[in-house]
Amino acid sequence: MTPARAAAPATLFDKIWARHTIVERPDGATLLHVARHLVHDGSRAGFRTLQERGLRLRHPERTYGTPDHYVSSTSRALEAISEPHRREMVSALSANAKQHGITLFDLGDVRQGIAHVVGPEQGITQPGLLLVCGDSHTATHGALGALAFGIGASEVAHVMATQALWQTRPKSMRVSVNGALGTGVTPKDVILAIIASIGAAGGVGHVIEYAGSVFRAMSVEGRLTVCNMSIEAGARAGMVAPDETSYAYLKGRPYAPQGAMWERALAYWRSLPSDAGAVFDREVSLDAAAIEPMVTWGTSPEDAVAVTGAVPDPAEAASAERREAMTRTLAYMGLAPGMAIEAIKVDRVFIGSCTNARIEDLRSAAMVAKGRKARIPAMVVAGSGLVKAQAEAEGLHRVFLDAGFEWREPGCSMCVGMNGDLVAPGERCASTSNRNFVGRQGRGARTHLVSPAMAAAAAVSGHMTDVRVLMAGGA
Amino acid sequence: MEKFTVLNGIVAPLDRANVDTDAIIPKQFLKSIKRSGFGPNLFDAWRYQDVGEPGMDNSKRPLNPDFVLNQPRYKGASILLARKNFGCGSSREHAPWALTDYGFRAVIAPSFADIFYNNCFKNGLLPIVLTEMRIDQLFHEVNAFPGYKLTVDLPRQLVLTSDGATQVGFEVDAHRKHCLINGLDDIGLSLLHADEIRAFEARRRTEQPWLFG
Repeated sequence: MTPARAAAPATLFDKIWARHTIVERPDGATLLHVARHLVHDGSRAGFRTLQERGLRLRHPERTYGTPDHYVSSTSRALEAISEPHRREMVSALSANAKQHGITLFDLGDVRQGIAHVVGPEQGITQPGLLLVCGDSHTATHGALGALAFGIGASEVAHVMATQALWQTRPKSMRVSVNGALGTGVTPKDVILAIIASIGAAGGVGHVIEYAGSVFRAMSVEGRLTVCNMSIEAGARAGMVAPDETSYAYLKGRPYAPQGAMWERALAYWRSLPSDAGAVFDREVSLDAAAIEPMVTWGTSPEDAVAVTGAVPDPAEAASAERREAMTRTLAYMGLAPGMAIEAIKVDRVFIGSCTNARIEDLRSAAMVAKGRKARIPAMVVAGSGLVKAQAEAEGLHRVFLDAGFEWREPGCSMCVGMNGDLVAPGERCASTSNRNFVGRQGRGARTHLVSPAMAAAAAVSGHMTDVRVLMAGGA
Repeated sequence: MEKFTVLNGIVAPLDRANVDTDAIIPKQFLKSIKRSGFGPNLFDAWRYQDVGEPGMDNSKRPLNPDFVLNQPRYKGASILLARKNFGCGSSREHAPWALTDYGFRAVIAPSFADIFYNNCFKNGLLPIVLTEMRIDQLFHEVNAFPGYKLTVDLPRQLVLTSDGATQVGFEVDAHRKHCLINGLDDIGLSLLHADEIRAFEARRRTEQPWLFG
């Protein structure tokens, strides 16, 4: 970095971008160094490209793998994956990891789990580094002050071969949420409120930095939930500046720096937060006190309203195009305009995914489930073997099992349904996952995105329920 | 990668915002270990009346006559006209693989999801961003005139109507344009920078040794 550039106020993003720039061409294309690369059972095409071209994986020591998309949620045995093509995706990852000498948290290893849960949990994700993965929810890792984004199969192969990536500099956006969140309002509600506010395409071409008192007060796990869904607002990445909360989270994790190295790393991390006066291309702000527990009613994450609200009426849409889209959406979702959100009956509940399957999520859901009974099928899928073990040490699995919830093995499971955990056609699912797209959880499945506490509330009441009422001892 | 210079082709309109990559190519088809052959399953859930699974004979499946690509007037289309945030969702590169395998070489929309946008350039597919107003006008024209064609001239960065009456410029990153026109692939290009990558890594090892534990 030249002295002149160092003098200008820079954002967290600017600093990480500059630190990873290998080559900047006059036409703006920048070759960035990749500090950490995560692979999973869907990264097979990248390995195949390497093989086809006779290339070696340049830095196996900076590449970490874990199977998540195709693994069974009922058993850790590979044979439990009954469908041969799925089983092959998982076994191919093991074979490729072995061949290329990368660290693998495989089935049977307690550290296995969803890549975006495992990375932070192991301390692989650290402030100020560039991390990529062939999965769109890689934005998650920005919660620790890293620059992290999802890439496609060609880029995965490119990173494997070169440990670098060509990128064009995105624009920057700061989303500030100030004030205090109300009781029962969680990080998931914050990000759903942000997406509802800026739209599913609101962040296209941008990297978002989340700022303000709400994020400063939020735990790292909460920040992971928020950054995870940056992609649902169209953003390339989401980030939160590292602070004492981040350092306390990282200290002592297996792949975090130790001893004297910790001190050196810490000195660098402390230099990362955006400078006062740093300029963002776009600024958005929300009032924390106005955010309520959120529920999506449609087939885009932007279709979110407060649980106290109602299904919107296409007749009030701003354009003919939007009216038509809303009408189509309501038909798919089986909802009528004006219907109270709390009147929506739910058939099934899924608590899990890279958005909401960490220990705090499970505690939050368990607090609602405790002493109550599920009225509909509900399943809990921990984000990693370590989360599952921690939950069991705390007795949370007992709470869930006593309440009639299923307690499953870690993986992406019903968020994406690629392992066969599907919502049946026409079934309505309250889900802590990140996408309510048409067919996401299964053909004809109707997904309502909610927080873990709200999902548990739906499970014990059989319909959308304001968790604040249950928390107050009602119903 | 197939080169892209000038394309003249039939335009098919897909009048929906936020078309996600799972709609472009559903998840059950991702288990194929090939990069080709996804065309028959492009927009599978919209295009057919039954439930698509890998290994089916797609020529025998019942088509949804209401879906735009099943209408005879759009047969052979190579340009897809779309709405905002096209390609959102999953990072699957099978989405551009399915579009190109079907025969599309360009997609025109008011905005694209970033990962999909990147993936297009790796596969000889040109994503073109035009203003909402221009897109509205193109939808109107495509619907009004059967056999409606456009020319996409990448070297000159222009979209032209067949009568030559309208020329619209578009932005494209110079590096990506160069790679697309010459059919160049990034890995080859990056390996030319091997010395710089090595030098960067040596510097990094000194400055940030904790990343090399």
